[in-house]
Amino acid sequence: MLEAYLPLIFMLIFGFGIAVIFLVLSEWLGARRITKEKQTTYESGMQPFRTARDRFSVKFYLVAMSFIVFDIEVVFLYPWAVQFKMLSPEAIIAMFIFIAILFAGYFYELRKGGIEWQ
Amino acid sequence: MYDLVIFIPLIPFLGFLITGLFGTKLKNETLIGTIASAAVGISFILSCILFYSLLNQHIENPVIVPVYTWISAGSFSVNISYQVDHLSVLFSLIVTGVGFLIHVYSIGYMHNDRSFARFFAYLNLFIFMMLNLVLSSNFLLTFLGWEGVGLCSYLLIGFWYDRKFEGTRIIWTGDAGNKAFIVNRIGDFGFIIAMFIIYVTFNSLEYQTVTELASGSYATYFNTGIMTAITLLLFLGCTGKSAQIPLAVWLPDAMAGPTPVSALIHAATMVTAGVYLVARTSVLFALSPVSMTVVAIVGVLTAFFAATIGLVQNDIKKVLAYSTVSQLGFMFIALGVGAFSAGVFHVMTHAFFKGLLFLGAGAVIHGLHEEQNIKRMGNLKSYMPTTYKTFLIATLAISGIPFFSGFFSKDEILWYAFSKGHWSLWLIGVTAALFTAFYMFRLLYLVFFGKERFDHHHIHPHEAPKTMTVPLQILAVLSAIGGFLGIPYALGFWFSSHPNMLENWLEPVFKNAQFIIYKTSTHIEIGHKIHIEEYILMLISVGVALLGIKLATDFYKKDELWTVPRKLATNNKRTFSLLYNKYKLDEFYFAAVVDPLMLAAKSFFWQVFDIKIIDGIVNGLGALTKDIGNYVRKIQTGIAQNYALLMMAGIIVIIAVIIFSS
Amino acid sequence: MEYILASPLISILFFSVFIPVVDGITKNRTTVFVLTLLGLIITGILAIYTLLIPVETIQALDSSKTITKNMIMFGGFSAYFDILFCLAGILVILASRNYLNREYGEYKEYYSLIVASICGMILIAHSNNLLVLFIGIETMSIPFYILAGFFRTNQKSIEASIKYFLLGAFSTGFLVYGIAMVYGATGSLDISIISSKIQTGQAIEIYLKIGLALLIIGLCFKVAIFPFHQWAPDVYDGSPTVVSAFMSTAGKAAALVGFIIIAKGFLPKNSFNEVSSLLNTNFKLILAILSAITMIIGNITALVQKNVKRMLAYSSVAHAGYLLMGIASNNQDGWSGIIFYSTAYLFMQIGAFIVVSVLERQTENFVTYEEYSGIHKSHPFLAAVMSMFMLSLAGIPPFAGFFGKYYLFVAAVKADLLWLTVIAVIASIISMYFYIGLILQMYFKEPLSKEPESDTGLAKITLVISAAGILFFGIFPQIIVNFTENLFK
Repeated sequence: MLEAYLPLIFMLIFGFGIAVIFLVLSEWLGARRITKEKQTTYESGMQPFRTARDRFSVKFYLVAMSFIVFDIEVVFLYPWAVQFKMLSPEAIIAMFIFIAILFAGYFYELRKGGIEWQ
Repeated sequence: MYDLVIFIPLIPFLGFLITGLFGTKLKNETLIGTIASAAVGISFILSCILFYSLLNQHIENPVIVPVYTWISAGSFSVNISYQVDHLSVLFSLIVTGVGFLIHVYSIGYMHNDRSFARFFAYLNLFIFMMLNLVLSSNFLLTFLGWEGVGLCSYLLIGFWYDRKFEGTRIIWTGDAGNKAFIVNRIGDFGFIIAMFIIYVTFNSLEYQTVTELASGSYATYFNTGIMTAITLLLFLGCTGKSAQIPLAVWLPDAMAGPTPVSALIHAATMVTAGVYLVARTSVLFALSPVSMTVVAIVGVLTAFFAATIGLVQNDIKKVLAYSTVSQLGFMFIALGVGAFSAGVFHVMTHAFFKGLLFLGAGAVIHGLHEEQNIKRMGNLKSYMPTTYKTFLIATLAISGIPFFSGFFSKDEILWYAFSKGHWSLWLIGVTAALFTAFYMFRLLYLVFFGKERFDHHHIHPHEAPKTMTVPLQILAVLSAIGGFLGIPYALGFWFSSHPNMLENWLEPVFKNAQFIIYKTSTHIEIGHKIHIEEYILMLISVGVALLGIKLATDFYKKDELWTVPRKLATNNKRTFSLLYNKYKLDEFYFAAVVDPLMLAAKSFFWQVFDIKIIDGIVNGLGALTKDIGNYVRKIQTGIAQNYALLMMAGIIVIIAVIIFSS
Repeated sequence: MEYILASPLISILFFSVFIPVVDGITKNRTTVFVLTLLGLIITGILAIYTLLIPVETIQALDSSKTITKNMIMFGGFSAYFDILFCLAGILVILASRNYLNREYGEYKEYYSLIVASICGMILIAHSNNLLVLFIGIETMSIPFYILAGFFRTNQKSIEASIKYFLLGAFSTGFLVYGIAMVYGATGSLDISIISSKIQTGQAIEIYLKIGLALLIIGLCFKVAIFPFHQWAPDVYDGSPTVVSAFMSTAGKAAALVGFIIIAKGFLPKNSFNEVSSLLNTNFKLILAILSAITMIIGNITALVQKNVKRMLAYSSVAHAGYLLMGIASNNQDGWSGIIFYSTAYLFMQIGAFIVVSVLERQTENFVTYEEYSGIHKSHPFLAAVMSMFMLSLAGIPPFAGFFGKYYLFVAAVKADLLWLTVIAVIASIISMYFYIGLILQMYFKEPLSKEPESDTGLAKITLVISAAGILFFGIFPQIIVNFTENLFK
């Protein structure tokens, strides 16, 4: 019974082992010539012009949240609308509850000033 | 109806909570005293209700009133439940009735004490514990009450913790409390072991179950080692609580407490707990003739020796304390010869007259501003007429003068001792009765008659206030007529074939035990017949009492200089000092038990065993654990990556174990 | 009928949506506070009502015909835990107002988040489907991540939040992976179907085993079991104290219900099937070993702490170990032991954390053992209740903690795990040191020159209820025990 899973276990061990081996090897074999360029942040070839640890304005997140509210609504509404005729009346109630909950979220965001950019 | 029994202990407990928690805030003595007394008074009324319903309704088996099951583990369960039967109701009547009077008395006695509320809180707690003791339906709850009254006794003996008290190696009142507590622990140890054996033997701690099992197959249990062991261990507990030889030493020192405490706890109620326990387990005792004999012998020896010590004491409360010890001995004689109801009868009458004597003594001490030495009293009759009259009644009762309560109960005990064939018990008992009459009248004469030997300039004796004298009067009435509850057949045959009402009342409780004694004894039961011996014995004991009174009158009343007793004391110096120092029992215990133990404890168990070995191991283990802790906490690096690594390692190990272990 | 049975769920769902809306409308904090309290009380009452519905009525309900389609289960211990969660919420919210105002500022979101997490917990307690269980866990956890970082200018708070989030996400991954594996093994997410498939042996064993192991690992993280416990001390220490009180009690209890549900379904007793009996013994052993290591590590590390809040955080790890004993025993006694212990633990842990929250200032002052010296003089009430909580945590009768431990130990002994009981007793003895040590500090040391001010406010109610709770269930443990005996028949 165990034999059947032997490959799996070997794979686990090899996978883990190879990862460790490569880490150790690169640490061991790799040359270490530190230059200024090497120590700078890699920005896909661009010259980094200020610190990478930057803060985004919380407003970006708010936009993202608004997006989720509408996005999810659409994602669920669309198939629901397509299949509408085949669904039972319960589905209408369920969808209204769903929309109400989403609307509550939207309302909350609106009242907290999530849409106002300033 | 019988469910009311729950409230009997509960109400004093509420009283305890109120006076204990809010007593210092109330600041009003009358209010505190009223609350505390009322709590006990209500319990008394409830006891009366139960008494009447038992009187009107014949019940075969005790009524068990469960309150709640605290915990049940397997077959072992701890129930808080109360048992209503003739014995428990009688005791609860005594406890609450006398307790109520003493509460009322204490309002006057403790007037202006700075710990007035604390005193009443303790008293109420005591009543609660005592009621648990007597009303419980199982050994365990009785034991709880047993320990509880011990605690209250300790608290109340040392109530005036800043006062000094004289005794063997006793300096403060607290030391006396300690002594009482520690001596009692020895007895409690016996009680606990007895409970273990009872549980192993009968698989229950309920009185009802144990009694039924034991009496159901009495032939198998009769005279077995296990019964003797149980009863002797129980009796060891009783000797502690009821101050019998060999554990009698604590009671005289317990007089360090306030006098109402001495009256309530160390005369009327708590010390009779031993009698109660023996009566409650009468079936077990009946199954072991050896234990019965031991009980009787211990009782009679205690009765005799305590009486002899009482002859020479000069402290009013000490005389009464030894008298209590001696009277308790009488009760155990009764139990030992199988006359259980006679023993309980004496508990009741003794509660009346000894409570009264102590309260009277309290009134005297109060009137004389804390003077306790009877050699410095005298002629108080004219200052304190009420106290005197009540005291006289109690003295007559305890001496066994006909138709006072003590006469009936003591005489019944002596008659049973004789009729069951123990004439030696009877002889020693009668001698003790002679001494009793003598020292009680000596006390009476020295306190209330003769010259005024106190300091006139500083002490102005006065009668006690109403709250104190009314309880005295009530108790005096009870002491005078209480005995008519137990008129012996020989005196009452002309109006009833069962004139002894108390015996009839307690018949259902003791019928099993009596049956066993009847079945197993070779001695022929006497039954209710008139015996000419009984009258003769009665006459002898009355004569002996009168002789004691006569001697006391000759020695102390007629002769103001006490020439005879002085001469006796100087001629028999060694005997006198032996008696005066209580047969040096305290000194003997200290030399034989306490000092060696202390020495062993200090030099070996503490210095070597405790500090070096036990502490060494404990501290070592503790230090080791702390070291491990300091090491382990380093795993907690605070770096989330490390945590994730450990998690990952854990996951791999767990999955690996699951896959490989199949 | 099913609407009545589902009413606690519906109610908490309604309030968790409604409270943010009200938060949007009004600026009045008291309104939101009162509304939250009201919502929790209503939900609690509904839960009590459903708890009293007899089991026969619930069983008579054909669950596949209901709109919940057998995804939700009703009544029984689910309803009991509903009450527990609402109670925890109420106790914590009462204590929060003064604390938040003093330490950071009372933001209305706090209440929304608490209610949302309780919504998740209740979903866990009612789940009869792995998906619902997962959604419940996430609904509970995400508000926790936010609550942990609620003091968003306080570095420790943010650190706690981020750590909790990262490791939580990590463990959630395993949980979902486990669910997927189980689905692969049995072809269903419905716990009752999975259970019957396991019993009849219609499951692919290796997937099932690994899936179950991963599920258990995911839950172990939420309960803080070694080696998935390391987030707990940091998070409980860094979070606002009231939040720690909530997370370490209600959160843990919720994860334990999940555990009970999984254990009931996946580790069936009395099965004649080889697969399930194999599952049973192996998993029992693993859980027992984890439980033993957890309680020892928790208590030993708590031993060397000098900070009361941190001590409580570590001790909560140890208590998770005790609680896991009930799962490891895998019998009725174990589960009812968990129910009793969670109840007791809820009262004593919330109480202890709240005492800390009342005394501490700006999250760093008045939290060390030394600062608790002699506070019985300045704060007799706090010292008294704290002593009660400590004694109960240490497991000393007559407090509820004692009976909680007692029943768990009994369950472990019945499950032939005597060695585990012995280790648990040793761990408890170790724990005496720091619990009793705190009492010694409070009562027998001289007070410091600067005495802490106390700012109890409504927290007094919490403390009184908690203290009364541990006393009540310590004196009448039979009430819960008799009740739980019927739950797992």
